[in-house]
Amino acid sequence: MLKRKKRNEAIENALADMARHKGGGSEFIQRMLRNKTGMIGTCICFVLIILCAGAPIFTKWDPYEQSLASKFILPNMEHIMGTDDFGRDLWCRLLYGGRYSLLIALGSAVISTVAGLVLGSCAGYFGGKTDLIITRFLDIIQAIPGLLLAIAISSALGSGPFNTMLAIAIGNIAGGARIMRSTVLSIRGNEFVEAAKATGSRDARIIFVHILPNTIAPLAINASMGIGGSIGAISGLSFIGLGVQPPTPEWGSILAVGKTYIRDFWPIVLFPALFIALTIFGFNLFGDALRDALDPKMRD
Amino acid sequence: MSLLEIRNLSIHFVSHKQDIAAVNGVDLTIEKGKTMGLVGETGAGKTTTALGILNLIQKPQGRFLSGEIIYKGRDLLKLSEDEMRKVRGKEISMIFQDPMTALNPILPVGEQIAEVIRLHEKCSDAEAEKKSLQMLEMVGIRAERSGEYPHQFSGGMKQRVVIAIALACNPSFLIADEPTTALDVTIQAQVLEMMADLRNRFGTSMLLITHDLGIVAENCDDVAIMYAGEIIEIGTLERIFHNPKHPYTLGLFGSIPSLDKDEDRLHPIPGLMPDPAALPRGCKFHERCDRACEACSELIQELVEIEPGHKVRCHRVVKGEI
Repeated sequence: MLKRKKRNEAIENALADMARHKGGGSEFIQRMLRNKTGMIGTCICFVLIILCAGAPIFTKWDPYEQSLASKFILPNMEHIMGTDDFGRDLWCRLLYGGRYSLLIALGSAVISTVAGLVLGSCAGYFGGKTDLIITRFLDIIQAIPGLLLAIAISSALGSGPFNTMLAIAIGNIAGGARIMRSTVLSIRGNEFVEAAKATGSRDARIIFVHILPNTIAPLAINASMGIGGSIGAISGLSFIGLGVQPPTPEWGSILAVGKTYIRDFWPIVLFPALFIALTIFGFNLFGDALRDALDPKMRD
Repeated sequence: MSLLEIRNLSIHFVSHKQDIAAVNGVDLTIEKGKTMGLVGETGAGKTTTALGILNLIQKPQGRFLSGEIIYKGRDLLKLSEDEMRKVRGKEISMIFQDPMTALNPILPVGEQIAEVIRLHEKCSDAEAEKKSLQMLEMVGIRAERSGEYPHQFSGGMKQRVVIAIALACNPSFLIADEPTTALDVTIQAQVLEMMADLRNRFGTSMLLITHDLGIVAENCDDVAIMYAGEIIEIGTLERIFHNPKHPYTLGLFGSIPSLDKDEDRLHPIPGLMPDPAALPRGCKFHERCDRACEACSELIQELVEIEPGHKVRCHRVVKGEI
């Protein structure tokens, strides 16, 4: 009797405890905050996004106004990063350009990750004919070199930020889907998936509750790496006149134009490259931190 | 009345080049509240039989060639996938061999128990949570630990969680597929004792798959010995242990070292299990049998009752030659 009472008490306590810790969100945020390198990455991303979103606050110049008299000015108090070949303020153009670069890169990473996730997990989970059809489709995408495919798609759709985003995303689906497929295959072999079937779970439930959350790590890494690659691809497209068209500022195209002047005027190459590198660095750290915060084995 | 009756069950795995005969014409009857031990070496088809009961054979390679699995008057093999889902976990549940991988590493254990309850019972989240805590306490884990993750538990504790999941919806039939193989001996004893206790309390019938005859002796009412996808000897625990007849069963008992005698060597059954893709003609065991005669490689023997509650599949035993 006494034992029973004690047991009931323990259950009550545990229930109360669970109620207090409800909403794993707060715990997730705490764990993100505790991760130092992750916080650096998150801050970098955050600062970049704030700078680009609030560009008019952080610069007094206009990104389109040319002034041939003041071209190729080295960084000074007036132009903190100097001016480009048309005398436009570089700092200003980088901030406005970030709006396109970040949006396109993030957007294409999201599109390709989601599409890859759906295709890859269906192929991996259902196997058989579904797997065959999806894998062959991915083979077709991968048989065409990524940039060539992007060129083909954006020349078919026309230039412009949204089409560029789509063009780059489609080329990136295959890689993500393949990673997803192999991860799902390895997780599907685990006994806990069979155990879930043996308890009468539906396919959708098994995929969403048991398999997908276990694939976060490779997916987060792939997506954050993809952002860096996308910025490179955007600049490539812009360079051949298919991506974002000049005079619209965009990091890749600023870099591509600046290449001509690399021997005579270093700021026009260094600063956009720095922005791109910082973005990639920031998102990679953020991706790592995200993976760690979601992995229960990393808790203390 | 029997709770589960398997009749003439055959499961083959067919690939483009070979046909693997995993289970060949198995008949098994499990009475309500009783425990049947299914014994055999690796590859004898024990796990395939168990997965067959839940209709979880990997398709399209795995095929049911024949058979019926009558559970409470319904043939499980004829149920639709939807109906079968309601049976799994609720009516029949399974304990898996390896507790290290049988739990989802990224869900708290309490959540994993509550999930089964929510799937099968109409109750609120709070009730499911409370029931999951009760289940944890019942298998001897403090309820406070329900928010912890599988890697924070030892192997024996994980197996207890697996058992808690299996018993969460009070199933009438429990399949335990080598539940203690991955555990060390003291933990084995604890887990088995707990399972026996829970079984007695809820009146659950059980199919206990193992290759450890000691576990069978402690836990089972009936025993079936399986070899190369066939049941070669079946009977009550007492009959099989006191009067084993089939040469393979004798070999199994003979391979257990005795504590009383000073033995230098073990006495294994010579040879290996035949390749299930190319089973020998006649008796499947005759190639390794020290009592085989010429007729053994030709004759196909059925299970024959040689005394009440004891059937053997060996023509020499049936004819009284050995």
